[in-house]
Amino acid sequence: MPQMADDRRSDQPADATSLEPFSDALLDPDLPTPKGIVGPKGKKAAKRFNVYRNNVTVGLVGALADIFPAVHRLVGDEFFRAMARIYVQTEQPSSPLLFRYGAGFPAFLKTFEPVAKLTYLPDVARIERAWLDAYHAADTPVMDPADLGAIAPEDLADQRFITHPATFVVRSNFAAVSIFAANRAGKDLSGIDPLIAEDGLITRREFDVEIRQLPAGAAAFLQALAGGATLGEAAGSAVEQSEDFDLAAAIAAMLEAGAFSALASGKIDEKGQ
Amino acid sequence: MTDKASRAHSAPDAGFTDSTIPARAGAGLKPEHVDAILQDDYRIGFLEVHAENYMGDGGATHRTLTAIRQSFPLSVHGVGLSIGSENGIDNEHIARLKGVVDRYQPGLVSEHLAWSTHDTSYFNDLFPVPYDQPTLDRVVAHIDQVQNALGRKILLENPSTYVQFEKSTMGETDFIAEIARRSGCGLLLDINNVFVSATNQKYRPLTYLSEFPLEKVEEIHLAGHAHDVDDEGEPLLIDAHDRPVDDEVWKLYDIVIGQIGPVPTLIEWDNNVPDWPVLRHEAKLADEILERRAANYMLGSHHAANG
Repeated sequence: MPQMADDRRSDQPADATSLEPFSDALLDPDLPTPKGIVGPKGKKAAKRFNVYRNNVTVGLVGALADIFPAVHRLVGDEFFRAMARIYVQTEQPSSPLLFRYGAGFPAFLKTFEPVAKLTYLPDVARIERAWLDAYHAADTPVMDPADLGAIAPEDLADQRFITHPATFVVRSNFAAVSIFAANRAGKDLSGIDPLIAEDGLITRREFDVEIRQLPAGAAAFLQALAGGATLGEAAGSAVEQSEDFDLAAAIAAMLEAGAFSALASGKIDEKGQ
Repeated sequence: MTDKASRAHSAPDAGFTDSTIPARAGAGLKPEHVDAILQDDYRIGFLEVHAENYMGDGGATHRTLTAIRQSFPLSVHGVGLSIGSENGIDNEHIARLKGVVDRYQPGLVSEHLAWSTHDTSYFNDLFPVPYDQPTLDRVVAHIDQVQNALGRKILLENPSTYVQFEKSTMGETDFIAEIARRSGCGLLLDINNVFVSATNQKYRPLTYLSEFPLEKVEEIHLAGHAHDVDDEGEPLLIDAHDRPVDDEVWKLYDIVIGQIGPVPTLIEWDNNVPDWPVLRHEAKLADEILERRAANYMLGSHHAANG
């Protein structure tokens, strides 16, 4: 290994301002070419600097199109790119892990007046962001339904669960789950009433991300469980939200989807409480 | 759960093939090519990935790269360390890079002489640095930081540039040579970048190559570039990675390989990605040059040994 060099400069940059104007001008087309940036023999470099501006914008807009393909298709390519350019100026990736970009995109869509009529669009974007998080989540086995079957009936209500890292619940006042699913399947939106509220459950049992629509109350039930509530407490919150809540159906759905990785109480037993 | 996963990740029994990268042509790995590569009778010499694409916790991307790594040597090419940054480099990101390197045991690890993050914003592009003493010291310190964390040498890639900094006090080749000398890093020579920068900055690519410390080159990159013009209507080449390697770049490559002998050579094609056979064709062109030059090389050493 090479010797550790004098690293005083990483704490105390000798010339901390030199890249600042370059950085500032990348996403602000109104700023002039940064001072001290030139072409060969000192000639002016406006078009040259614009290559970097264009690379940044086109690259980040392209990343958003990859992360939000349904939103992209729903509004059309030209519109999407024009809209994404505006978002890119307000929020850049906070790390070089580009696949995490766009956490603020759903909120941006909510305030972006030209898409105000597509009321479901921000929720479709939330589903797409969660879908990609599930896609990259840790490889964790899902809970074996037999684990729950092995619990004595009188102990069932006290069970807590460990949420699988790829599990996300998305609640929408619109038919965002159906719209997302139809769009990703290459279908049009005919037959979907966008004004019907839907809840979705995103999971990944092995490598394929799945999304399913949840019955009434099940979203509140799963969110309570994910928040650490017992099965009994979670069922209580679900009934509060929806009189139609069907506990047996909700448990069946969560087991089939692989929403949880294990019983929390089971873990404590293993450690020999 | 991460216990079980991290054990699995660091396990040396993942069935990986030898990590040594041969002095042959390799290709930048694209997910859409994986099946074709694994099924192809032509065995590409190695594959290279952008480290950042494999920094997620799990999922299909890791499954795919594991399958590739079981059959091919791998080169890990970082695009996000921002080694030219003036506010230090991110230890968390170095740790993520180490995670990828530990897990996939690449034969080569490389990064860029560039910056891509400022404050908290990551711009997803590679920007030039001024060639002056403070920047040199900083880049050397950053490379030391990375090499110490990884416990291995990295290769540094020469940039493609469209602009210069008025404050630069030395030439690019002197700057790179001094970085390599002080940090002990190896070099990744991107010959398309040499051609693009030379055209854009008005010097001769052969002059650049004659000044470049070729003895430290452990990998070569080749890619296609696009044509534009600057404010005065003069040619401005864009490092687009969206088409075949230019004939002029092939000529320079042939000259370099003639001079230094065969080294691992990567074909990069990142935009408008073609079907695998098109990329494979580029790789075969590089293989031909490598084989021809290798034959000359062996002949040369044979003569030397006998006379």
